[in-house]
Amino acid sequence: MIELISPTRCIECNLCVKVCPTNVFDEVRGGVPVIARQEDCQTCYQCEIHCPVDAMYVAPEAEVSVAVDENELIASGLLGSYRKEIGWGKGRERGSKFDTTYLVTRQFRG
Amino acid sequence: MLWTSFRFGALRKVVAAMGDGIALVGNPQLDEALELTADVLVIGGGPAGAWAAWSAASRGARVVLVDKGYLGSSGAAASGGMTIWHSEPDADSRERAKENRRKVDGLLSDLGWMDRVLEQTYQNVQRIEQFGYPFPADAEGNVQRRSLQGPEYLRTMRRVVKDAKVTVLDQSPALELLLDYDGTVAGARGVQRQENRFWTVRAGAVVIATGGCAFLSKSLGCNVLTGDGALMAAEAGSSLSGMEFSNHYAPSLPFASVTKGLMLGWATYSREDGTVIAGRGRGPGGNALGAALLEGPVYAVLDKADPEFQKLMRTAQPNFFVPFDRSGIDPFTQRFPLKLRLEGTVRGTGGIRIAGPNCETSVPGLYAAGDAASREVIAGGVSGGGALNAAWSMSSGFWSGAGAADYAASLGARAHTRSVLGVGRAGLRPVPYGATAGGAGEIVARVQEEVFPYDRNMFRTGPKLAGSLDRLHALWPQALAQQPSSLRELVRAREAAAMVAHARWMYASALERTESRGMHVRLDYPHLDPGQQHRLISSGLDHIWVRPETLSLGRRVREIKRELVAA
Ligand SMILES: Cc1cc2nc3c(=O)[nH]c(=O)nc-3n(C[C@H](O)[C@H](O)[C@H](O)COP(=O)(O)OP(=O)(O)OC[C@H]3O[C@@H](n4cnc5c(N)ncnc54)[C@H](O)[C@@H]3O)c2cc1C
Ligand code: SF4
Ligand code: SF4
Repeated sequence: MIELISPTRCIECNLCVKVCPTNVFDEVRGGVPVIARQEDCQTCYQCEIHCPVDAMYVAPEAEVSVAVDENELIASGLLGSYRKEIGWGKGRERGSKFDTTYLVTRQFRG
Repeated sequence: MLWTSFRFGALRKVVAAMGDGIALVGNPQLDEALELTADVLVIGGGPAGAWAAWSAASRGARVVLVDKGYLGSSGAAASGGMTIWHSEPDADSRERAKENRRKVDGLLSDLGWMDRVLEQTYQNVQRIEQFGYPFPADAEGNVQRRSLQGPEYLRTMRRVVKDAKVTVLDQSPALELLLDYDGTVAGARGVQRQENRFWTVRAGAVVIATGGCAFLSKSLGCNVLTGDGALMAAEAGSSLSGMEFSNHYAPSLPFASVTKGLMLGWATYSREDGTVIAGRGRGPGGNALGAALLEGPVYAVLDKADPEFQKLMRTAQPNFFVPFDRSGIDPFTQRFPLKLRLEGTVRGTGGIRIAGPNCETSVPGLYAAGDAASREVIAGGVSGGGALNAAWSMSSGFWSGAGAADYAASLGARAHTRSVLGVGRAGLRPVPYGATAGGAGEIVARVQEEVFPYDRNMFRTGPKLAGSLDRLHALWPQALAQQPSSLRELVRAREAAAMVAHARWMYASALERTESRGMHVRLDYPHLDPGQQHRLISSGLDHIWVRPETLSLGRRVREIKRELVAA
């Protein structure tokens, strides 16, 4: 579930509010959005990959909320890791160009 | 048609008796409703809805697309990504693509539709490349168009839909269809949940592309998929088909949401005590896995992939590895536990019954596409790993958008001057009896108790189906009596009602099919019965009924294809 919006990184663009399929966030005028309905989060990682400044972290636990620490996430390279893997963000090549599914399915054991 | 007008007559009486009667309409806390007109209204912004909107707009129609979430991030494809049922246009490749499917689909598919979808998919995949989606190239420089990564695909579709001048309303779940007094669909109504208001769109034709129903199982990207479109279509008088093929389960880590199965093709499975479960190389889906899970915990390790291949796996499906990397599990060396999450009609094949080649339903003015529609015409009783669904969503989306645009054009100015009536009931126009204490949350939990268990829904038996069905029927009056007191509760109430309706169509159809075919497995009828090579149509809300339909639809399609070739 969504566990972190970093107030120091967030630029208040509200993109996460717009894209969240299950409407988890509330916009805050002149401020950082709030996680208003965490229980509705479906752990789809969409907010995280749309966030232009890697201010968000979605923990893999879909059923329960877990504590996360921003500094640890930065140190381990997990903050923004999925966005990096799909090649979103300035100066990155889009990951779909390197999609090797055609090689993997060729060997699929079915 | 007789049935349709009867149904509508009954509804009209109910609605007239209560005036407009929608819970919360006229509530002073709400902002003034948004009212729009369009030639074509598309409900849902996954691949099917995006293609429908693009296709209708390309024919000159004024199009509005509404999505519960956001066109670009919402739905199964945006988060899951998809491999595509795709073949080169030569006759040999096409035959092979069909043959591979016919072996597994339970012989309920139609060769004419399969040809048509393969051709439309071939064309649309080339369009996707022209739209700017970056496909990979192999070592020889040949572009490989066999899969789509979800976020990139839907981001691309959002851009082209917007460029085609479609009006997009995000965060705007549809709640009900509007009918004119002939019973023709004439628009829809919903809420803009971030604007605190209702919306109404008067339209010449409506395409339902709301995806399947995964019963809020938290399968990847699927919690927006609660079957709302089928509920709305049924209220308007449409029927469903193939609802017994609605029990797709997909594997995930027990705590996580990512239900991608392909990589498990390189797994060794074992029990709690470490003994290997033999004969299991099967990745996606998982009746074998379900059977093992009924006996106790099951673990997997992807030890059949060498280090070179592991790299290919990561670049193929980055999303599969996210929960592993984030919980510190190395799936190539460490055993990890598995569970199965229900995906229902997402990667199932049942849905709103398609009544013609443009994906029209039996209700005039109403079209259905993608997972919201029955995919039996190409997938029969099983959509397998799912590649069929990518092909179907882009093809059915394309056709329904074009069909809806032409239909709307044929109405002319009349389209927006008709008197209309909202026909939504459960959760929307509360009935004053049978109220329950728990509300939508309670109803959803009760449905999940009936549809999640593997020993009920994956492995079915007559007595268990009948028991579940009784309890689900008893839940329907509670769905009708819900009294939502906020817009959020209103959306929840409709979702809960849609899930109750789905579960009932599903089990009523499953009870009727006294054989095992496709993904429908009856322990009490373990074999395929050649006498039941027909589809099962289901319909109704207060009273549900199921009847067989012989396989004849395909002939019409073959004729149309011949016309196209001749032209
Ligand atoms: C994990 C996973 C992996 C998959 N892999 C593959 C694959 O490899 N190959 C393949 O072919 N298929 C695959 N599938 C299936 C594929 O994703 C679906 O078939 C496809 O997304 C269907 O497209 P759609 O547009 O019909 O529905 P969706 O993509 O689910 O979109 C439906 C849209 O409707 C919206 N909506 C819902 N209710 C309402 C409402 N009331 N009002 C307005 N909007 C609403 C939703 O917000 C959503 O945006 C996979 C599915 C999953 C879950
Ligand atoms: S998307 Fe990121 S930067 Fe924008 S408001 Fe959300 S958290 Fe802040
Ligand atoms: S992970 Fe998905 S559902 Fe959860 S907050 Fe982010 S976008 Fe919303």
